[in-house]
Amino acid sequence: MMKKEITCIGCPMGCRITAELDGDKIISIEGYTCNIGKKYAQEELTVPTRMVTALIKVEGTHQPLSVKTSRPIEKSKIFDCLKEISQHTVVRPIHIGEVIIKNVCGTSVDIVATKELI
Amino acid sequence: MRNIDVLIIGGGPAGLAAAISAYEAGCRNILILEREENLGGILKQCIHNGFGLHTFKEELTGPEYAQRYIDKVLEYGIPTQCDTMVIDVTPDKIVTAVSRGAGLEHFQAKSIILAMGCRERPRGSLGTPGWRCAGIYTAGTAQKFVNLKGIMPGKRVVILGSGDIGLIMARRMTFMGAKVLACVELMSFSAGLKRNIVQCLDDYDIPLLLNHTVVDIAGREHLEGVTVAEVDSKTLKPIPGTEQYYECDTLLLSVGLIPENELTTMAGVKISPATNGAEVDESLQTSVEGIFSCGNVLHVHDLVDFVSEESAKAGENAYKYVQGKLPENEETLEVINGFGVSGAVPQHISKKLGEPITIMFRPRGVYKDARVCIDVGDAQVAAKKSRILTPGEMVTLKFDPEYLQKNTNADKITVRVEVQQ
Repeated sequence: MMKKEITCIGCPMGCRITAELDGDKIISIEGYTCNIGKKYAQEELTVPTRMVTALIKVEGTHQPLSVKTSRPIEKSKIFDCLKEISQHTVVRPIHIGEVIIKNVCGTSVDIVATKELI
Repeated sequence: MRNIDVLIIGGGPAGLAAAISAYEAGCRNILILEREENLGGILKQCIHNGFGLHTFKEELTGPEYAQRYIDKVLEYGIPTQCDTMVIDVTPDKIVTAVSRGAGLEHFQAKSIILAMGCRERPRGSLGTPGWRCAGIYTAGTAQKFVNLKGIMPGKRVVILGSGDIGLIMARRMTFMGAKVLACVELMSFSAGLKRNIVQCLDDYDIPLLLNHTVVDIAGREHLEGVTVAEVDSKTLKPIPGTEQYYECDTLLLSVGLIPENELTTMAGVKISPATNGAEVDESLQTSVEGIFSCGNVLHVHDLVDFVSEESAKAGENAYKYVQGKLPENEETLEVINGFGVSGAVPQHISKKLGEPITIMFRPRGVYKDARVCIDVGDAQVAAKKSRILTPGEMVTLKFDPEYLQKNTNADKITVRVEVQQ
């Protein structure tokens, strides 16, 4: 039996969640105060995910375009995802929400622009 | 001299939200003055996500959050003037500004909303010994370089202080290929949000050294390394023999934010020593009639959502003032910071309070299983349980007008933390 402490990031509350694990099997989860917390703990203990924000080169300027993943991606794929993003260059104009890279690292998640660049 | 009904200084999240709400309340003579090239304030460089959970029920990045407000300002046709620096505000509400386009300008405002935000505490305020070499930046400056200018300050990084911007930059520098060696915090707790500690440090195995500080800075032309030592948790003095040298080319400082109140002081507004911002009443009006303050220039917030909410109230009330609808010269009760409470806002509450208001403050320390209590005079009128209070996370309390009825002879309101034994 293994004890694991997680800090929930679902909201600024930052609930401290304690889980008991037997190998990969979750025995108990305690300390969450809402369903977001419970779900977060379950995900953190199985497949943790993160939203990734990054910068992309823009042709003709040093000023980069800020982008984000359209959904959280698996934590283990963050650096692969960043690498793929770093290999791209975009051309203006770009609008908020525009898809810059489809299906990044085969995750079925897109990379979208988070700022207006005219 | 141009006449303006509601003049807003600052086009960041506070100024934008104030302008929108003043417009929605019916005001049609608004002007936003912004010293930078574009609207959006600090949100422009906060490209990470996590903004707007309270306001929009979704997680946005900084630029996205700002754009929602900018779009509204454009849709309403609210006049804005960027690249314009306000250099003087008088108690009579005459605002002087300079810009390349218009030169020197004077505005006579009926009401002013101070929304200038805050700036970072610089190295000079720390008294850390060592050369004044290149490679030492405040975290926000580095953030601007990386996220807006596309320039990396260095490759091996130590972060002093664990404020939110420092934590966010620990992750950003890691994402950009730099090695972040440690985040060094003088106190026994971080001043940052829990989720930033988890997502920016823990996720990338960046050590958070609590009760440690930088005691020496090496390098003449450029930073070569820093010496970190453990400090005594009570005296906060470095413990000899615990020094460790970190070879690095970048030191980022995330050691606190200071509201930018030079203009506030010029206007003759009373400043609170607890928040370093203006003293305000429940309508966010300062000690000078018709001058309002909101956002980080009033008190440093943890979440932009609360800035927007507070600023919307300031905008609405500023227009009420213009219309002569804001109650004048009412008797107020002072809000006292009791045990464990620092910088409660507002500092004054009207005895004739009509609607529920929000009191915000920062806990002085980390308190577990605590209760936050409100006393009117000596009578406790409300208590809210909390499993944990930390200085990094602001506490918001609802203050109901009914509370005042429970003790009509009271001369003060006290907000305090009660720790259960």
